Amino acid sequence: MSASPANPRQELPAGSAALLEVRALAKRFGAVEVLKDISLNIASGEFLTLLGESGSGKTTLLRLIAGFDEPSSGEIWMSGERLDLLPPYKRRVNTVFQNYALFPHLSARDNVAYGLRVKKVPANELSGRIGDALRMVKMQDFAGYRPSKLSGGQQQRIALARALVNRPQLLLLDEPLSALDANLRKQMQSELKSLQREIGVAFLFVTHDQEEAMALSDRIALLRDGALEQVAAPREIYAQPATAYTAEFIGQTNLLRGEIRGGIVTCGALRWPLDQADGPVIFSLRPEAIRICADGKPQTSEAKFRASVRQQFYGGSSELLEVDCGSAQTLRVRIPAHGPLTGEHDFVFSLCDAIRVRE
Amino acid sequence: MYSRAYKSLVSIPPIAWVGAFLLLPYALMFVHSLWAVREGVIVHQWNWENYKTLFTNALYAEVLLRTMRIAASVTLCSILLGYPLAYYLAFHAGARKELLYQLVIVPLWVSYLVRGYAWKTILGSDGVLNGFLQYLHLTHEPVGFFLYSPFAVVLMLTHIYTPFVFLPIYAALEHIPRPLLEASEDLGAGSVQTFWRVILPLSMPGLLAGATFAFVLSLGDFLAPLLVGGPSGTMIANVVQSLFGAAFDWPLGAAISVGILVITISLLFLSELLEKRWAFK
Repeated sequence: MSASPANPRQELPAGSAALLEVRALAKRFGAVEVLKDISLNIASGEFLTLLGESGSGKTTLLRLIAGFDEPSSGEIWMSGERLDLLPPYKRRVNTVFQNYALFPHLSARDNVAYGLRVKKVPANELSGRIGDALRMVKMQDFAGYRPSKLSGGQQQRIALARALVNRPQLLLLDEPLSALDANLRKQMQSELKSLQREIGVAFLFVTHDQEEAMALSDRIALLRDGALEQVAAPREIYAQPATAYTAEFIGQTNLLRGEIRGGIVTCGALRWPLDQADGPVIFSLRPEAIRICADGKPQTSEAKFRASVRQQFYGGSSELLEVDCGSAQTLRVRIPAHGPLTGEHDFVFSLCDAIRVRE
Repeated sequence: MYSRAYKSLVSIPPIAWVGAFLLLPYALMFVHSLWAVREGVIVHQWNWENYKTLFTNALYAEVLLRTMRIAASVTLCSILLGYPLAYYLAFHAGARKELLYQLVIVPLWVSYLVRGYAWKTILGSDGVLNGFLQYLHLTHEPVGFFLYSPFAVVLMLTHIYTPFVFLPIYAALEHIPRPLLEASEDLGAGSVQTFWRVILPLSMPGLLAGATFAFVLSLGDFLAPLLVGGPSGTMIANVVQSLFGAAFDWPLGAAISVGILVITISLLFLSELLEKRWAFK
């Protein structure tokens, strides 16, 4: 059941070996099926993000890998070793917890030292590794502070150092930035990304924030109701969403529902030629794929429609329009900053930008 | 904000209460300890003789030492019983937690005296325990030291004060965030290491509060020695009681009481200090 060929997008990027293999993993809490048949590989040094709404099962998947919960069925393998049969303290993965879970009775330094002391690392090696870890997260000046004396961002750094000092092959991060305010979060995102590149440890990063997922990840695994919806690189998952859910969850889009008949797509007021079999269809058309056609003459590979501007949201470098194509069909259009717009206009989009998606 | 008049008005009842029922009796006790008894009458003659007796008469030192030993034993036994119980309830009892918690609390609603007499019934020469041992032919005649011994006092006080030790420890354990235990495991610690490195340090304030309860309450107890202690199990409070009663030497009794009070307050102060040292906020 591993990495089923039925969904080739779950395969790793070419040329990379799997560090962690999740095979047909499922988890039930009583009658509730929280995870269904998850198969997923993580490559060495990869930054993989588990993205999903709350309740989609992303944290549960992380906890199964860390060992805090047991799977109902399926297997987890790491570097040729069956991981899911080991207790958490024997797994070579470390976790950065959502609210950091720093030990309140220990100083920042002793928090970082915890894993090494537990493993009886000799004292001379210990202090060197702790110093390196603290420097890595720029916290060497706060080594003696108790967690309660540190800010959220500083606690975050200590939590990172405490996990990384153990040199795990895989680091699990459970919404590590969600407790930080917006500015700090942006800064930590950037630092996290460069840190990950520098040390080359594989990151499995859980978030519900699609922008964060896009900005940081090598690949995104989108979870929906406990099942993998799509696994792909950020650019691919944005440009080629497989499903309507993916298209709407990642970025903004216009979902066009209609049908193909005789080589012509009809979605409300929009019509364009497409050489595919007859039947109902859904297309995803990103707002920025639509532009105003000043001269009213589309290219051959473009489709044109006429719509009136209903709302205009100014956003600095760009602006978002809500346009009415008639018969209650509203589309969102993102154009470069333009100036106030009213009335009817011609709009065009490239046919190749209308991506056919599954339900 | 509240007016000055209102603030003074609401502070009258507590001040009056503390004054009438705490400060005044203590003051009277202290004053009595500086008086003397001449020919069966208390005379208001200021002196330190009672305190000198307290420190020089070996009998009082011996009883006080025994009292401390018994209190320390009770504290230790209550912790050894109460901590594992609290640990089990906090981490492993699952759905039975509520029921077990109530079962620990219920004995607190049973009268102290009833529990004391129950121990008499159990430990006496023709008591339940001796009867059982003879039934099993483990002993041929009643074992005497069960009742009327320091052992019996420790047993009874442990029974009575274990819930007092259990409660603060249980509260402390319940307050340990569970992710900390997962973090410890995640960092390679098994359950034994997690206990020593995380659970025990974080439950220290509760443990200390419980130990203080058990020690201080045992220190001042006079009913347990009276019921099951016998002559060898006499504690300092019994001495005080007899001095205020049959011996009619209130000044000496008051001096001993002041001594106990000083010990108790020092202990509470020390425990407060340690609790602050171990409180991690």
